[in-house]
Amino acid sequence: MSDAPLSDAPRDIALQTVNLFRNFGGLTATNDVSLTLRRGERHALIGPNGAGKTTLINLLTGVLRPSSGRILLEGEDITEARADERVRRGLARTFQINQLFAAMTPLEGVGMAVSQTKGKGWEFWRSVGHSRPVIDEIVEVLDRFGLCDVMGEKISSLPYGKQRLLEIAMAIACRPRVLLLDEPAAGVPEGEREDILDVVAKLPEDVTVLLIEHDMDLVFRFASRISVLVSGALLTAGTVDEISTDPRVRAVYLGEADHG
Amino acid sequence: MTTQRIATLRLQAVGLHDRLSAWHWSEYLFWVLVAASYFLFPSRHLLMNEIAILALFSLSLDLILGYAGVISLGHAAFFGLGAYTAGIITKFGVTDPLIGLGCATLAATALGLATSFLALRGSDLTRLMVTLGVALVLYEIANRLGWLTGGADGLQGMDVGPILGFDFDIFGAVANAYSLIVLFVLFLIARRVVHSPFGWSLRAIRDNPLRAAAIGVPVRGRLVAVYTLGAAYAGVAGALLAQTTQFASLDVLAFHRSADVLLMVTIGGVGYLYGGLIGALVFKIMQDTLSNLTPQYWEFWIGLVLVVLVLGGRDWLERLAALVARRTRPGAGR
Repeated sequence: MSDAPLSDAPRDIALQTVNLFRNFGGLTATNDVSLTLRRGERHALIGPNGAGKTTLINLLTGVLRPSSGRILLEGEDITEARADERVRRGLARTFQINQLFAAMTPLEGVGMAVSQTKGKGWEFWRSVGHSRPVIDEIVEVLDRFGLCDVMGEKISSLPYGKQRLLEIAMAIACRPRVLLLDEPAAGVPEGEREDILDVVAKLPEDVTVLLIEHDMDLVFRFASRISVLVSGALLTAGTVDEISTDPRVRAVYLGEADHG
Repeated sequence: MTTQRIATLRLQAVGLHDRLSAWHWSEYLFWVLVAASYFLFPSRHLLMNEIAILALFSLSLDLILGYAGVISLGHAAFFGLGAYTAGIITKFGVTDPLIGLGCATLAATALGLATSFLALRGSDLTRLMVTLGVALVLYEIANRLGWLTGGADGLQGMDVGPILGFDFDIFGAVANAYSLIVLFVLFLIARRVVHSPFGWSLRAIRDNPLRAAAIGVPVRGRLVAVYTLGAAYAGVAGALLAQTTQFASLDVLAFHRSADVLLMVTIGGVGYLYGGLIGALVFKIMQDTLSNLTPQYWEFWIGLVLVVLVLGGRDWLERLAALVARRTRPGAGR
């Protein structure tokens, strides 16, 4: 299966979509998207509002099913896999709008992701804390994101910046090999922005990252390759230099930003 | 240096984790009062027995409503099946109550598992209708199978043997002790389960199913499991009622059973296990008191209390507890 002849050397490819379509009624939100993420790559997906970025991420993570086309994770077809199965296979995501467990604490939020990942999700008799490896990993993740001092506070009472960090921490706690970051710094006040950018820059190198972003500073600072989505279709893909000098991209996207 | 820091953080995390699942003093108090009530009101064993059974029934609904967010209007299906199973089995010569309890649990578990796939479809409204429908179907099956269930007359002549050597007495002393002990044991099990990784993931699903799936929680599988667990608990409650009253009738499957239990959980508050227990107690005492005062119209008052409670906020117990805590510890809040 993994030896199937794909366009490039399959072992180097972390995530790939093949002719992906998604229609909502008469609207084609995803139009023939064939996207390739190389292993360890920092890839940014940009595009104007309404370009279909969120639809694409929902297709990749299994929230939505494609109308046609295939999705391959490390060469294996995951098009039909449920959202939680994709996580177990190594594909995790964050959300543009916080999707946290408001009534819980960061300890519980991260703890749950860790116990799932360590195969203890069905453990119903012993507590989360009985397992030393689980506790160790919870502490490691909380510490890496600077959340240890608030681990016992109610998530809904945390400052917004901390909530954004927790959003990423919970995804990292799933030990993904491919991570989809949906506008990680969205809505974060200026003072707390650096914390988020720091965390994004320091993500483990072996994790392949797809960054969906509006903020061009963050894209140019972080990404090695960029794909441009316009009206549901891939306009082009290339290195940062190629994209920033591409006249078509300037016309539909960067040009728009220049005037704005 | 760094390892030292990590070790400290680790201790903090373990300490916090343990505190999240530790017994609160009020929980000890609650169970001491339950045990004390058994000896303080020897003339009310029959009423207390019924309260214990309804408390277990409410606890079972709280598991699926409060921990997984699945609303059901047909929870009596499992209660009734448990009651009939425990009753019918004595007709076949199996009179040991514990074996009867086990068989009723198995039957309710099987029905829970089978119907979970129907009940977990679609929106809240769909779930309400499907659960309601399942209970109605079961009611009419019991009605139709008169040769087995006694139909509209009820299951006559149940012969329940002694429980661990104690014969059930007419004052209900043994029955009450039996129900209370079963309630306590099943409560302990439920409490353990909700503090496990499985239990945490149920709360996660209730809070945000989208995110729960995004951290790898198989949402459907978990809901099936907890729905089945809730069904099993309801089956035990039904079996207790049949065994301790030596009778089962269509009433155990009736719509008012499902509605009442939803009321009890609402009164006590969902999602912390004690809600069902307290709700059953308040409901039953209210019913008992009001039906003495106004035998015909007591449901008027229940209805009024319900409306006030739901509109005024269902966390009344929490706020009451906070108020008491403030009063009893002057200066603690500064």
